Amino acid sequence: MTEIFGVPMPVLLGQILIGLINGSFYAVLSLGLALIFGLLNIINFAHGALYMLGAFVAYWLLNLLGIPYWGALLLAPLAVGVFGVLLERVLLKPIAGLDHLYGLLLTFGLALILEGVLRDGYGSTGMPYAIPDGLKGGFNLGFMFMPTYRAWVIVASLAVCLGTWLLVEKTPLGARLRAATENPTLVRAFGINVPLMITLTFGFGAALAAFAGVLAAPIYAVNPTMGANLIIVVFAVVVIGGMGSILGAITTGFMLGLIEGLTKVYYPEGSAMVVFVIMAIVLLVKPAGLFGKAS
Amino acid sequence: MPDLLTIRDLHAWYGESHVLHGVTLSVPEGQVVTLLGRNGAGKTSTLRAIMGAGITRKGSVQLGDSELSSLAPHRIPRLGVAWCPEERGIFASLSVAENLALPPVLLAGGMSTEEVLDLFPRLREKAGGQGTKLSGGEQQMLAIGRILRTGARLLLLDEPTEGLAPVIVQQIGQIISVLRERGFTILLVEQNFKFASRLADRHYVVEHGQVVDCVERADLAAGRGRLETYLGV
Ligand SMILES: Nc1ncnc2c1ncn2[C@@H]1O[C@H](COP(=O)(O)OP(=O)(O)O)[C@@H](O)[C@H]1O
Ligand SMILES: [Mg+2]
Repeated sequence: MTEIFGVPMPVLLGQILIGLINGSFYAVLSLGLALIFGLLNIINFAHGALYMLGAFVAYWLLNLLGIPYWGALLLAPLAVGVFGVLLERVLLKPIAGLDHLYGLLLTFGLALILEGVLRDGYGSTGMPYAIPDGLKGGFNLGFMFMPTYRAWVIVASLAVCLGTWLLVEKTPLGARLRAATENPTLVRAFGINVPLMITLTFGFGAALAAFAGVLAAPIYAVNPTMGANLIIVVFAVVVIGGMGSILGAITTGFMLGLIEGLTKVYYPEGSAMVVFVIMAIVLLVKPAGLFGKAS
Repeated sequence: MPDLLTIRDLHAWYGESHVLHGVTLSVPEGQVVTLLGRNGAGKTSTLRAIMGAGITRKGSVQLGDSELSSLAPHRIPRLGVAWCPEERGIFASLSVAENLALPPVLLAGGMSTEEVLDLFPRLREKAGGQGTKLSGGEQQMLAIGRILRTGARLLLLDEPTEGLAPVIVQQIGQIISVLRERGFTILLVEQNFKFASRLADRHYVVEHGQVVDCVERADLAAGRGRLETYLGV
């Protein structure tokens, strides 16, 4: 059997696959965080809770309304997006313009509330969510067995990331968004409703998180703490990529997922902390992040 | 000519800091009117107060029949006024073409993108480049050019010649004359009196957040000395 540095090929590829899956979630979540940070100047600590909420909405849709996975993939982001819009209007808007710290603490508290309420109702063991029929099983790539659902997660995440990137970088709407990130006062003086744009951006970021949550539901169990565990790594990803950089968030997300996977193969003890070690190094060498512009 | 813009007893604040103390002035339709005055007099703040951009204001700002001072900032441009800020406000994350296309067309009768590019041919050559990679003069032309598409009839130009080479200043002067001929009404903030005196139909002098003097073009010969004293030329 082929070995790479003493590791059998299938094991290596298996970990790379897991790395890419984790990377998909990192990428979609840090993308939403980057968009929100860019326009709202808020470090959204509730992002993990919104991801978790997406998985829960999928669970409720299935078990209360009988709406299957594919419906949930559309409806859960929509529902959480609307929830995000309300959050922004009711809670975040009043503290806009204050120090970062207020938004950070508020969203942190919000995350604790959402998780607490759901833990109260559902415990913390987690509920299974079946893989949808069309995506069960797997296929043989010749060199390894590829579970269909995992391939789908990677493809769907890449598509969402690419779509968002194109929207932001290549469309007139995206140009408005970038401009409002730089100078909201002037963009508003051009007659563009910036407050509305801010609200919708937060809603969109929340929807992205929920989308990742639905993708995650069949892989991990639907669990009130699933977001809290993930979001810490995602924040490290955002710091490494550079706050507010869209491309940085996406690339760094996938890249760190991969690095984590590889570390699991070659130095399993280090896999839980490799992201944070990289974060520390990046902070020392390039504090603005790999893709960030020094301000 | 009837007045297109009428400002009465306009006060404005940055946070707690009271910077305009009752500005009163008017701009007749189709004319070029300047705000002259030293650094810190309140010229930029007056333009900001008209737009509601980053400043709190009180008093009356009338554009035609509409009162602007109580409107949300993004509604004001929809009534036909556009602002070119002192710092020019070219967006670094946007290309030249994107910068040009950014301000939405809000009213009929604005210039087409082609017409704007005919007016500023340099921008056509550099359309794909990053907005902030342009020279100072080109950035100023982009900042003026992009608001000409919006359909605004009143343009607020804040020191368009600041920091530019004499040739460019001359070009900008020609552009302003062209715009006037096209029927735009212009409120022009300037420190360069020589430049302003060639273009304007009326001059206001701003000091300590108030309008302290007004000289019509016809009285310029008599008033020039007075204006120069205010400006410390
Ligand atoms: N963003 C701001 N915050 C607080 N004070 C300001 C700000 N901008 C200008 N000022 C003050 O307001 C006054 C008027 O400034 P400004 O309108 O910019 O003058 P001008 O354009 O005539 O040079 C000055 O005293 C200036 O220091
Ligand atoms: Mg000024």
